[in-house]
Amino acid sequence: MVQKLDTLVETPSQTAGPYVHIGTIPTFAGNPGIYPEDLGLRAIEDGAAGEVITITGSVIDGTGWALRDAMIESWQADAAGKFPGQAGADAKVNGFCRFAAHKDTGEFTLRTVKPGKTPMRGGGFQAPHIALWIVARGINIGLQTRIYFEDEDNSADPLLSRIEQRNRVDTLIAKKTGDGQYRFDIRLQGDDETVFLDM
Amino acid sequence: MSDPIIPTDMGPLIPRNRAMHPAAYDIDYKTSVPRSPKWPLLSMESTPSEETGPRFGHSLIGPMDNNLIINFSKDANKPAIGERVLMHGRVLDENGRPVPNTLVEIWQANAGGRYRHIKDTYLAPLDPNFGGCGRTITDENGYYEFLTIRPGAYPWPNRGNEWRPMHIHISVFGHSFAQRLITQMYFEGDPLIDHCPIAATIKNRSQLDRLVSALDFSKSRPLDFLAYKFDIVLRGRRQTMFENKLEGM
Repeated sequence: MVQKLDTLVETPSQTAGPYVHIGTIPTFAGNPGIYPEDLGLRAIEDGAAGEVITITGSVIDGTGWALRDAMIESWQADAAGKFPGQAGADAKVNGFCRFAAHKDTGEFTLRTVKPGKTPMRGGGFQAPHIALWIVARGINIGLQTRIYFEDEDNSADPLLSRIEQRNRVDTLIAKKTGDGQYRFDIRLQGDDETVFLDM
Repeated sequence: MSDPIIPTDMGPLIPRNRAMHPAAYDIDYKTSVPRSPKWPLLSMESTPSEETGPRFGHSLIGPMDNNLIINFSKDANKPAIGERVLMHGRVLDENGRPVPNTLVEIWQANAGGRYRHIKDTYLAPLDPNFGGCGRTITDENGYYEFLTIRPGAYPWPNRGNEWRPMHIHISVFGHSFAQRLITQMYFEGDPLIDHCPIAATIKNRSQLDRLVSALDFSKSRPLDFLAYKFDIVLRGRRQTMFENKLEGM
């Protein structure tokens, strides 16, 4: 016998199911008016500093079908690389946003500011990126990934540097499709499966 | 939206023990088959993107948000139909510390097993006085409470004759974006738990048991509601005196 550990074990995850919107974005589920306002409607408020960008994409399953019931959350720093709540952060940047795949097309849209690079503990910087968390029916535990940008210098990013198969790095990089417009598809499985994270 | 709280560097998140969670792929839960990543996850120590997270203040929450019996009708004389239930518990982290001031959201079917959602077409009727969602913020000791009705079991397409046990979906934020957790609360004594392929995605029986809420007479109110206790544990942070190395050391 050994001494007993007094740490607790994390509660296990269960799928968010097809009706996740009822609890997280009730207006999307067809139920407006229960809350004063849905949570996380906007990543930024008017007047946020930096370049306002729009990222569109889909969450695509192993057969190539875009999910119609995915719910995504994003979290990011402001244009200067400060997270909401940190000293000096841009008060117009909420940092957090919730958005859903369209119920008919599966397309999602995130409107925000492009984040700045962020310092690492112990020195160095991470390239500008947006953290994502994806839940849906059939996803047993929420999937973490990140959006990086093709028009930024990603060469010294510690996370991207860690990906052994360099051909997979592109799955985390949003493609510029126009002025302030980016495309970022998330592939759950199959060719070009997105790199998902355990952090 | 966020309350101005300045995060301090309290150390990286304790890596998730994936053996305590369902695997992505489970052949008995058919929708997971095309939606499960095949390649291993990329593991790395958490960074500020995972260690910080949104904070939501009490200003966000309406006075009826955690009372699902009346938050849809907005009228105490038009309560939802069903067995009245108090769902309560604490949010803790792996270090056993309470997680105060964090947002907890729930959603559920009505007493007949029907969700109020544009895509639910089950033949059980909608309750005109039940919306099916609630939210609250934990107090300084990590406690939360919801007043609701017990949801009904319902059939769903998977294998030939599949039924979900009575359950309430629950979403918790913690204070770090990578503490985010969505799970489901089941009810003590429900025989359908042992037949459910979604519950069975959790292979460790003691972990599944932790999703089964306990009937709790200490909080049940005579002639009003039964109580069920459901505690939630989120990831913690590694805290040793050797964590915060000087830059360059």
